[in-house]
Amino acid sequence: MQASSDPLLDIRGLTKIFPGVKALDGVDFTLRAGEVHALLGENGAGKSTLIKVLTGVHGRDGGEIRLAGAPIEARDAADAQRLGIGTVYQEVNLLPNLTVAENLFMGREPTRFGFTDRRSLRRAAAALLKDYGLSVDPDSTLGDHSVAVQQIVAIARAVDLSGRVLILDEPTASLDAGEVVVLFDVVRGLARRGIGVVFVTHFLDQVFALADRVTVLRNGRLVGTRAIGDLDRLSLVAMMLGRELSAETLKRHRTGRVAAEPFARFEGYGRRAWVQPLDLAIRPGEVVGVAGLLGSGRTETAKLLFGIKEADSGRAVVDGRPVRIASPRVAAALGFGFCPEDRKTEGIVGDLSVRENIVLALQARRGWLKPLSGQESRAIADRFVKLLDIRTSDIEKPIRLLSGGNQQKALLARWLATEPRFLILDEPTRGIDVGAHAEIIRLIERLCDDGLALLVVSSEIEEIVAYADRVAVMRDRRLTGVIEGDGVTVDGIVRAIASEHREAAS
Amino acid sequence: MTLARPFRALPAATPQILTFVLVLLANWAVFPDFFDLRLQDGRLFGSLIDVLNRGAPVAILAVGMTLVIATKGVDLSVGAVMAIAGAVAATLAADGQPLPVILAAALSVGLLCGLWNGLLVAILDIQPIIATLILMVTGRGIAQLVTEGQIVTFTHEGLIAVAGSALLGLPMPVVIALALAGAVAALVRFTALGLLIESIGVNRTASTYAGVDSRSVLLAAYGVSGLCAALAGLIAASDIRGADANNAGLWLELDAILAVVIGGTSLFGGRFSILLSLVGAFVIQAMNTGILLSGYPPEMNLIVKATAIVLILVVQSPAATRLKGFFGPKGGRP
Repeated sequence: MQASSDPLLDIRGLTKIFPGVKALDGVDFTLRAGEVHALLGENGAGKSTLIKVLTGVHGRDGGEIRLAGAPIEARDAADAQRLGIGTVYQEVNLLPNLTVAENLFMGREPTRFGFTDRRSLRRAAAALLKDYGLSVDPDSTLGDHSVAVQQIVAIARAVDLSGRVLILDEPTASLDAGEVVVLFDVVRGLARRGIGVVFVTHFLDQVFALADRVTVLRNGRLVGTRAIGDLDRLSLVAMMLGRELSAETLKRHRTGRVAAEPFARFEGYGRRAWVQPLDLAIRPGEVVGVAGLLGSGRTETAKLLFGIKEADSGRAVVDGRPVRIASPRVAAALGFGFCPEDRKTEGIVGDLSVRENIVLALQARRGWLKPLSGQESRAIADRFVKLLDIRTSDIEKPIRLLSGGNQQKALLARWLATEPRFLILDEPTRGIDVGAHAEIIRLIERLCDDGLALLVVSSEIEEIVAYADRVAVMRDRRLTGVIEGDGVTVDGIVRAIASEHREAAS
Repeated sequence: MTLARPFRALPAATPQILTFVLVLLANWAVFPDFFDLRLQDGRLFGSLIDVLNRGAPVAILAVGMTLVIATKGVDLSVGAVMAIAGAVAATLAADGQPLPVILAAALSVGLLCGLWNGLLVAILDIQPIIATLILMVTGRGIAQLVTEGQIVTFTHEGLIAVAGSALLGLPMPVVIALALAGAVAALVRFTALGLLIESIGVNRTASTYAGVDSRSVLLAAYGVSGLCAALAGLIAASDIRGADANNAGLWLELDAILAVVIGGTSLFGGRFSILLSLVGAFVIQAMNTGILLSGYPPEMNLIVKATAIVLILVVQSPAATRLKGFFGPKGGRP
């Protein structure tokens, strides 16, 4: 764990200019051998650019990069790898249809008489994996393993190829809590072997759990580098945002009242091979959180309630009337709205403008024969851009060009424009920078105070505690219980998830 | 300031218009009388009018094809549907049926074919290229069954007038093509259909989750394409005063797809412009006519066409857009 003080990687005054933007402006960064160094910043701060310049994806416009004292200039990712810098991205860049061993040694397979020597390939792979405490069959297909295992295989490959610097770009974004622990053990093991690890993440807890030092970038400039011991959560967030954020922004200020009568009630509502039958009622003016580990059925529940998958058991009652929610269209007509977890493939319509994305659900509900006039749709879009502070230079800009947080706000606007009564939000703050994160949470609270019923799925338990009145806990595609009142604490929720796990193990 | 919808395509239209003008100028260079027009019996005659007249069937196909391609689909069956509609029309005409009956029957058959494609794509979720390939292959068989394997000819005055008459000095096919394009463009832009089609084309899942009735929109797009194909089939049959199930509309689906692509609509779906597809169709026909006029062997036609298409696609490619960034204002597409 103890990092040496000689810099392994030394970046001085790195500058990168894109047309019209200074993406990196004289950034310094040092990485010591054997340390885990977290690289933080809001979206657009320059983290990705720094990594891309370092790994040769982009050229640089100024500055110097030294690896173990020698100046380097990687021409491309493969070149960077040869120099000793390996990168593992959030989406694993391996071939899921090949075996674990083939993935590890792709392009450098041991050969015998010109053919791949499968026996030594397997042996080498097994030896390599042993260092990572991973007991998987090297001949198994990579795609059959969990994302965590694939991630570790990717790390093993990168380290084996490069071996001095390992860059992890949001490696934990699609892992559940247990898998994160396993991954962290692997990373710590690598640091002990003297490898310098650069770790990019949005999860502050993970920074405190893993990193030795932290470097924060903002708007392409270096804010500072600190040892983790000299920092607390608040000061770190303040560094990232460039302003003080008081602890109380996390606490909920309730002003609205929860209605007695539920807006929607689901009884024995389920679908085979999707989610087990569940009972849930949602009242106007309350936020129901949905917690559980990855794969516990959180997203499946959200999609079931919104009619993306039709229930095959139980009944749904909305406003006291039994209804059949056969499609998102029906759900939207009932006053439901849904912001999906996977914004890019299920939420935004990337090539269409911010304006068109905002009016889409409203227009879909009105039908194609009753178009919103250009004036009306601009007025709606302008109103929500102001109301939700969606940062875009122009409402006619394609929405894919916006940052994640602003896309999320536009999706919220899409549903708010339909004046919904029940909003289902699946991971509304995933992959969003800290500033927008806080804004979205405040927005959830405001909507709730306005009398909206909300169901919010989140993997960040602190976040759920901050806004939820009640918390539904999921495990193995089953709703195992609802926590209410004083029980809604991080401790209470974690215990509810964990106790179920123990039960499952026994 | 943002431009109103109908005008938005204009800045992006430059390559298409420029190409059209260049092709016309090239024709003029090899055939100095190209732009000569004369009025005779209240009708315009001249090479330019020929281009429009000959190009009308593909232009009509391109109108429907634009909607289908904008939904990220493709309709390979339009040539075959032309043959079916032509066969139905010719058979009824030979039988002496009145024109309204013939038109109604042929157009209904076309609509039915389009809805069949739409059913396969929207409800059964079959990939568009395969779904419409089915009718592309069986369609000619159906057309032959209708004509009982014969080339049916007719002397029906009403049906002959569909391609043979003129309105306001222009040949009827040109009038039909322009009116149809105008009507469909108005339909999609003055209703919300255009937005919904583009939305589905860019991201069908997200659109469905937003409550868009994707299936109905897809059915509508393929239905319109079938209707357009039937109309083109009527013109083709009227033109040759008969129905040839084997050759009517043969390979025209490819010209129609080309016209749409030249018009700037991406095969990946999304933004579309019906009027630019029309320009695309006339570019293709102008090239055909140019080769004929220049006296080159018609075999050259395909090569010249391919060259022109490569040029247009290069101009439209993302790489060229990046290059343009150095010269002009950024973001040609709003």
